Amino acid sequence: MSFISIKHLWKEYGNRVVLENISLDIAQGEFVSIVGASGCGKTTFFKMLLGEEKPSRGEMLLHGKRWPLEPDADRGVVFQRYSVFPHLTAIQNVVLGLEFRDAKWTTRLLGRKKNAAMEQAQTMLEAVGLGNNSHKYPHQLSGGMQQRLALAQSLIREPEILLLDEPFGALDPGIKADMHALLISLWQEKQFSVFMVTHDIQEGFALGTRLLVFDRVRNDPHEPDAYGAKIAYDIPLKQRRKWNPA
Amino acid sequence: MSASIARHAENENDRLLPDMTQLLDGIHRVALEEDKRTGDIILWTDTAASLRRLAWGVGISATSGLLFGIMTGMFPLFRSSFAPPVAILSLIPPMAILPILFVMCGLGEVSKVVLIVLGIAPVIIRDMQGRVQDLPHEQLIKAQSLGASSWQIAVRVVLPQVLPRLLDALRLSLGAAWLFLISAEAIAAEDGLGYRIFLLRRYLAMDVILPYVAWITLLAWLMDRSLRALHRWAFPWLRSTDDAGDAP
Repeated sequence: MSFISIKHLWKEYGNRVVLENISLDIAQGEFVSIVGASGCGKTTFFKMLLGEEKPSRGEMLLHGKRWPLEPDADRGVVFQRYSVFPHLTAIQNVVLGLEFRDAKWTTRLLGRKKNAAMEQAQTMLEAVGLGNNSHKYPHQLSGGMQQRLALAQSLIREPEILLLDEPFGALDPGIKADMHALLISLWQEKQFSVFMVTHDIQEGFALGTRLLVFDRVRNDPHEPDAYGAKIAYDIPLKQRRKWNPA
Repeated sequence: MSASIARHAENENDRLLPDMTQLLDGIHRVALEEDKRTGDIILWTDTAASLRRLAWGVGISATSGLLFGIMTGMFPLFRSSFAPPVAILSLIPPMAILPILFVMCGLGEVSKVVLIVLGIAPVIIRDMQGRVQDLPHEQLIKAQSLGASSWQIAVRVVLPQVLPRLLDALRLSLGAAWLFLISAEAIAAEDGLGYRIFLLRRYLAMDVILPYVAWITLLAWLMDRSLRALHRWAFPWLRSTDDAGDAP
C-alpha cells in the first residue's frame, strides 16, 4: 500500500473538464513539484490535495483510506500571500497551531502550558531564522521573512504533508535561493512530504524529487472545454537528498 | 452675534437670539444651580439619562452586530436565512415605527433603546458581515490546516480582525444614534437632553437650548475622538499594513 494513491481522478465543473483520468502513486517523503501553464488544473489538483475541492470521479487515498474531506492539521499549507495572520505577532502566529490543538474551547493557553508552547514556538522560529523577530507583526517583516514565518507556522503541528502554492513566487531571486535552502533543510530534518505548485520550472527541477507537468494533451478547437488536463510528464529527479522513512 | 446685538438694541429682553449675559445666565441656571422643584442639577440628570440610553442602544447594537455579522459572514447557511430579513429590517425607517414601539414597549426607557438599536444595528450587522466576507479565503483554509474548529476560527481569526471595523462602524453610526435618541426623547420622556430642548422650545428659551446643542455636539465629538484613540491604541497591527486594508 502506497502513501498516497490516486486512481482515475476526474474533475469537472458542469460540462467543463478540468482534470481527466489522473492516476498517481506517491511514496512517503517525496518532494513533488507541480508545474504547468496557467489554467491547466494544477491549482484544482492542489485544492483537492488540500481537501477544499472534491473529485468528480475517481479515488484519492491517503494511507489506503479515503481522502479527508476538509483541510486539517495533517496537511500544512503555505500560500503565495495571506498565509500569516496580520493581527498576531510572529510568535503568536506560530503558537496558534498549538492553541488550536490544546485549547479547544478557551482558544488560549495559560500559565505553564502557555510557556511550554511559547518555548516550542520560539525554537521553531529559530529554525527558520526568525529568532530575533518573534515579537514583530507580519507587516513589519519583509516578504521573505513572512514566508519563513508561514513555514514555521505550518510545521509546528508536524504535518505529514506540506502543501505549497507558489510559495516563493513573489520573492526576489536572492531571497528565493535562501528560501530554497531553508525548505530543503527543513524537509530533510522534519521528514514530511511536499507538494509544491510553481510556475518556475527551474525551481521545480531544483527542489523536487519528482516533477509532474500538467498539460492539456488533447485539444478540440471547437470545444475547448471538452478535454481536461492530464499529467503530461512524470519525471523522477535526483534521489540523493531524499530522507528514508523508517 | 451682530444679529443678536441688533435685536437687543430694539428689545432688551429678546429671547430668540440671546446675548452673552443671557447665555451665561442660562448655563448657570441649568449646569450649576439646583432645580427648585427636584433639587437636581438639570444638565447633569439630563446628560446621565441620555447617555445611559445611548450606551444601551449602541452597546446592544455593537454586540448584535458582531454576533450576527460574524455568523452570517462565516456560515453561508446562516447567511441565506438571516441576511434577507436584516436587509428588509434596515429599510424600515425607524422613526416610522416609533409609535408601534411606544405601544409595544411603553413610553419608558425600553422603547428609546429599541429605537436606537433598530436604527443602527442592521447597518452594523451588514458592515460586519461584509468585512468577514472580505477576509482572504486563504486565511480560513490556513486556520483549518492548523486544526482549527469553526469556533476557534471565529474567536481567534475572524473576531480580532473585524473589531477595528466595528469601532469604525460605531463612529459612523453615532450620529444616527443621537438622532434617534433625541427624536424619541422629544416625543415622550421625563428627562434627557432631547426632552429638555423640546420642552424649552415652548418658552423660546434659546439661552438654554443653544448651550444644550453645544453640549451635545461636544459629547458627540468626545465620543468620536475616544473611539478613534481606542482604535489606534488597541490595534497596533493595523498600522501601515497594506494587506489588511482599513487603516483608519
